[in-house]
Amino acid sequence: MTIIREKMVQWDPVDIKAKLIAKYPPKVARKRAKQILINEALENETPEITANVRTIPGIITMRGCTYAGCKGVIMGPTRDIVNLVHGPIGCSFYAWLTRRNQTYAGPDDTPDNENFMNYCFSTDMQEQDIIFGGEKKLAAAIQEVYDLIHPKAIGVFATCPVGLIGDDIHTVAAQMKEKLGDCNVFAFSCEGYKGVSQSAGHHIANNQVFRHIVGENDVPKEGKFKINLLGEYNIGGDGFEIDRIFKKCGITNISTFSGNSSYDQFASAHQADLNAVMCHRSINYVADMLETKFGIPWVKVNFIGAHATAKSLRKIAAYFEDQELINRVEEVIAEEMPDIEAAAKDVGTRTAGKTAMLFVGGSRAHHYQELFKEMGMKTISAGYEFAHRDDYEGRQVIPNLKVDADSRNIEEIEVEPDESRYSPRKTPAEIEALAGSGVDLKKYDGMISEMDENTLIIDDLNQHEAEKLVELMKPDIFCAGIKEKYSIMKLGVPMKQLHSYDSGGPYAGFRGAINFYHEIDRLVGSRVFSYLKAPWQKNPELTAAYVWE
Amino acid sequence: MRKVAIYGKGGIGKSTTTQNTVAGLVEMGRKVMIVGCDPKADSTRLMLGGLAQKSVLDTLREEGEDVELDDIRKEGYAGVLCVESGGPEPGVGCAGRGIITSINMLESLGAYDESEKLDYAFYDVLGDVVCGGFAMPIRDGKAQEIYIVVSGEMMAMYAANNISKGIRKFAQTGDVRLGGLICNSRMVDNEKEMIEKFAEKLGTQMIHFVPRHNDVQRAEINRQTVIAWNPEVEQADEYRALAAAIDGNKNFVIPKPMEIEELEGLLMEFGLLDAA
Repeated sequence: MTIIREKMVQWDPVDIKAKLIAKYPPKVARKRAKQILINEALENETPEITANVRTIPGIITMRGCTYAGCKGVIMGPTRDIVNLVHGPIGCSFYAWLTRRNQTYAGPDDTPDNENFMNYCFSTDMQEQDIIFGGEKKLAAAIQEVYDLIHPKAIGVFATCPVGLIGDDIHTVAAQMKEKLGDCNVFAFSCEGYKGVSQSAGHHIANNQVFRHIVGENDVPKEGKFKINLLGEYNIGGDGFEIDRIFKKCGITNISTFSGNSSYDQFASAHQADLNAVMCHRSINYVADMLETKFGIPWVKVNFIGAHATAKSLRKIAAYFEDQELINRVEEVIAEEMPDIEAAAKDVGTRTAGKTAMLFVGGSRAHHYQELFKEMGMKTISAGYEFAHRDDYEGRQVIPNLKVDADSRNIEEIEVEPDESRYSPRKTPAEIEALAGSGVDLKKYDGMISEMDENTLIIDDLNQHEAEKLVELMKPDIFCAGIKEKYSIMKLGVPMKQLHSYDSGGPYAGFRGAINFYHEIDRLVGSRVFSYLKAPWQKNPELTAAYVWE
Repeated sequence: MRKVAIYGKGGIGKSTTTQNTVAGLVEMGRKVMIVGCDPKADSTRLMLGGLAQKSVLDTLREEGEDVELDDIRKEGYAGVLCVESGGPEPGVGCAGRGIITSINMLESLGAYDESEKLDYAFYDVLGDVVCGGFAMPIRDGKAQEIYIVVSGEMMAMYAANNISKGIRKFAQTGDVRLGGLICNSRMVDNEKEMIEKFAEKLGTQMIHFVPRHNDVQRAEINRQTVIAWNPEVEQADEYRALAAAIDGNKNFVIPKPMEIEELEGLLMEFGLLDAA
């Protein structure tokens, strides 16, 4: 603990914040200041942060595009829906298997063990298609995919030029669905330029999955405790580990949205009795719609961190109010924990007191703090790329969220209770009783309340601020994505990718926690990065000043 | 070679005026090429005696990159060279992108080379300057002089004013200039005076007032320009006069588009003259 204190006194958050924005022109500095928050304990409320707003042009943001959020994040991990990208070839090629989301279709003799993730589909639009329209080419591509592999479903993804020339992909999809008869074809208007970040793409994907797939399969799914796991993408095999734990506890996971998922899982999701939400940002729309249409409540969980995993399992067991399940979960936790505690104790001798920064995702920057905590490490600064205010401050701010032109541009679908299949799994009295016992449904408190006082919470961090932050606060490890990786390593600080996990994983659940301890121990214990010096760090070549200085 | 672009509100008579004027220029011994920049591909109908032209974009689509100038350029009335950009069916694709592709293709095929010995290249452009593609003919290095076909009708004048904004934008970075307004009469009250005043406000001239006459329609039914159909009629002389005015024009300016209130005021002023 003494080490932490020593580090703490080295800097003052107010001073850091001032230094982060010192180089900006006044208007930019004013805007960025609202997205940089010094965490302080307010009496009855959480401090307010600005999030989900446009990145200022010229700033090198960490964000991705709407197409990436829709095709890459949400729809990418489903193995048996063909992802057909309508656009020039690069959009498909560079979004092909880059997220390390894994899948397992089962042994070769499993019926329906289709996996198309290792194929890359594109209409490969040319200049002629831009001029004359690409609808015919799209229809032909859908037909070609169908003739080649006969998939259950084909998802069509719009890229930027498709939106500009106005190809009506939804009509083409509907016509082809009718023509083919036994293949569900649907389209996503997820042009990259829409919205302010990939978050818009998540929402678009949620809408179409719900509209076109969820509820399509009424063949009963067996299982005593049936849940869906929402917002888990099986990066590096995370979902495999979580499924192992569920199985051990006797919990049936009907459908994961969307790690290691299949078309049939989505189609049967309405048969679950609880939705467990991991990444609140990317999937809460589906959770809400499943509740409205079918009466399935949702609860926020986190399987990142061994203690968080245990807590989440207990929440699920408490929801089902079944003593047998509650006991089984306790047995599983008791069985798994000794290995974890031993590992944490071992690495803790080297990692305790070290510091971390996390700038990733719309929930990962929050969830991974659990793992660092278990290693005795402190998160001194964190932030999301594409989250909204509720992911920082908690869902109670949702009624007060400002609806701007950018958010209005993303479709919000109206869902009604299903005429025959709506069945509330819990009565209002039961829900209240559950809340009394600590199982709050539909509740997420966000990142801010779980971070220490005087830590810095920064939304949509950018290259300049990242470098400045590292220079001023000297963390022992920095976690973000591929775009940040090498610039951070060049500053002499170890860097861990928390989108793709570099080449590692799983880091979720119990065994994942141990993997993560070892990986971080290895990284923060290495001094190799601090020996790296670029030539200009020894002999500066040029000095310059901005005109406004 | 002078590169001339004709703009104006849709349906104002750009294609008709262009071809009839070109017929006048040909009489004067000028060598002219017309480039139609309209997906309908009807800018050279009167020159070719019908819609016989295969468009640049259709050719490009069907032949791939292996395109010769002769595949896309056809000789029409009195040796006028005719090209149609073409484009997508209504409601699909991007016609603007098509025009960019088409003009670049013409350039790379050498349609404007000195060896072609052209005196004029005319661009006949669809409607308003709606997007980047339709502004292509007035970008730097393409058309240098613009004539706007207008009438005394309010929407035509709005469109002319809007096109002037487009010209001003490109004039500030390139050498494109406004050569004048061609008034294609719609028999509006005080039309000539109003367009003269409008031209003055824009900083340009009304280069010619083309009166309305059914002979234009009669010639069109015969798929001909007025001069080709009946060189003796009065209307033929109007187009000869317009051709001569363009040929001798020295008045090239960067237009000063009017504010909407000012433009409305102009309409009011000339409209009320008659009422009073």
